[in-house]
Amino acid sequence: MSTPIIFNTLHFDQPWTLENYLKVGGYQALRKILGEKMSPDAIIAEVKASGLRGRGGAGFPTGLKWSFMPRNYQGEKYLVCNSDEGEPGTCKDRDILRYNPHMLIEGMAIAAYTMNVKTGYNYVHGEIFEAYERMEEACEEARKAGYLGKNILGSDFEFDLHNHLGYGAYVCGEETALLESIEGKKGQPRFKPPFPASFGLYGKPTTINNTETFASIPYIINNGGQKFADLGVPNSGGIKLFSISGHVNNPGNFEVPMGTPFKKLLEMAGGVRGGNKLKAVIPGGSSMPVLPGEIMMDLNMDFDSIQKAGSYLGTGAIIVMDETTCMVKALERLSYFYYEESCGQCTPCREGTGWLYRIIHRIEHGEGRPEDLDLLLDLCNNIAGRTICALGDAAAWPVQGFLKHYRKEFEYHIEHKRCLV
Amino acid sequence: MLSDQIQAKIDRELRKYPADQKQSAVMAALRFVQDEKGWIAPEDMADIAAYLGMAQMAVYEVATFYHMYKLKPMGEYTLTVCTNLSCQLGGVNETLLHLKNKLGIGLGEITTDGKFGLREGECMGACVDAPMFTINNKKLCGRLTGEKIDQILAELGSGDKK
Repeated sequence: MSTPIIFNTLHFDQPWTLENYLKVGGYQALRKILGEKMSPDAIIAEVKASGLRGRGGAGFPTGLKWSFMPRNYQGEKYLVCNSDEGEPGTCKDRDILRYNPHMLIEGMAIAAYTMNVKTGYNYVHGEIFEAYERMEEACEEARKAGYLGKNILGSDFEFDLHNHLGYGAYVCGEETALLESIEGKKGQPRFKPPFPASFGLYGKPTTINNTETFASIPYIINNGGQKFADLGVPNSGGIKLFSISGHVNNPGNFEVPMGTPFKKLLEMAGGVRGGNKLKAVIPGGSSMPVLPGEIMMDLNMDFDSIQKAGSYLGTGAIIVMDETTCMVKALERLSYFYYEESCGQCTPCREGTGWLYRIIHRIEHGEGRPEDLDLLLDLCNNIAGRTICALGDAAAWPVQGFLKHYRKEFEYHIEHKRCLV
Repeated sequence: MLSDQIQAKIDRELRKYPADQKQSAVMAALRFVQDEKGWIAPEDMADIAAYLGMAQMAVYEVATFYHMYKLKPMGEYTLTVCTNLSCQLGGVNETLLHLKNKLGIGLGEITTDGKFGLREGECMGACVDAPMFTINNKKLCGRLTGEKIDQILAELGSGDKK
């Protein structure tokens, strides 16, 4: 890969400073739209042309989302950045916050200009306090230098950005739960419709995008949407950050074009640890169905390729498991997570996640029953699609994926009361 | 009563939100109390409720919904260990065993001198640095080894036992 787009300050000793961001052309995109008085329609057209799809997991086209904001609404509107990165395996946004906070600020300022918004919030995952502090400092730095606040760069454009620290609730990564949380409430998702574009933060029109999504915007404005699109593949425009964790020699975040072969990414992460054989891969964060290693080795990392193989690109968080991994134990931990994190609002999720965990727990502990596997699938069918938010689906999909590809291992556990590996 | 320092910090947070949305600062307010006292008691929730003009119940809901609030003392240094999948694959079981042996306590417990507490956490969003723990929800220590843990504990004062 040539020059990085999002990780373009990483070669500096202090990649996060305004000074260093300016050295790599920082805030030129904001300067350009203000200088040329670029129209919101023209900006949205560029973002649509870029093929940029939401980087938070759902992959919704960003340009289209921006076009949903009511233009002529009189009164306050809000822009929100979802940096509540808690989907197991995912830790790319943390590196944007830590190493390139000004790129996020610039991307949000451009979005705010486009949608005529004066106030933004960046909701940061509670456990990464150091990244929150870094963002607080960066916003202060941007305010002092005239990139945030009133009369930005001498124009009549006004936008300020504030950081809000989460405090340990996975469900707040769901956008309406996140809004509830900023309002100072329990993070329980709202029933939709109404969607945030009409009834969002404090009941006002609100647009919510992921951190990486916003960070992709300055490049698109500077170079044109088409150029960004061309970096990737059809239907998956641009570059993407992939977090690779688990059984690899060199876990880390890697910025590569969409459509990069998984095989190449695995190489970048140093290959499977100890030269072990690759067993399984979760390709997009823990909620996405697991795929066997041999299938993954032939796949490219883009929305369509992963979907054709029966999973989803999600957040682009790749969890690698080698031949020593017990799939029952792995699924037990994931199911515990969804059980622990269910907000308790919808019965199928609140009760169902507990059932899933307890059944997988007993299989792992040698107390499984032959009928348990069908019971698990039955439960999944009664959770997925029957809840207010996607946490229900997120709890069901891993179970369905693990059973689809590794059912024999679960059967072995039930029959022999011990592990196959 | 909320201390002057806490009130000043809450006032700073309040400036982020619309004047009629003081409740938005409740998460930060709870955090400030916890940072100062180590944990949050029902009386603190009542103080925060009065300060922000909220119902006490609404503060309690928030304090009990988010995992990182501590509703009982958890030691001068609370170590929260992520045990989720990437950390499990990264060897967190050995990390936990080492911590438990070193401190002589289990999850949810505090050392007898009140210095260290051990908690299990959920995904911290730093999976490439597995295995990891946070210290008092502030500092994230990753890529832990037995040696690294010993060093961190020594820096926090004491480390060996009880």
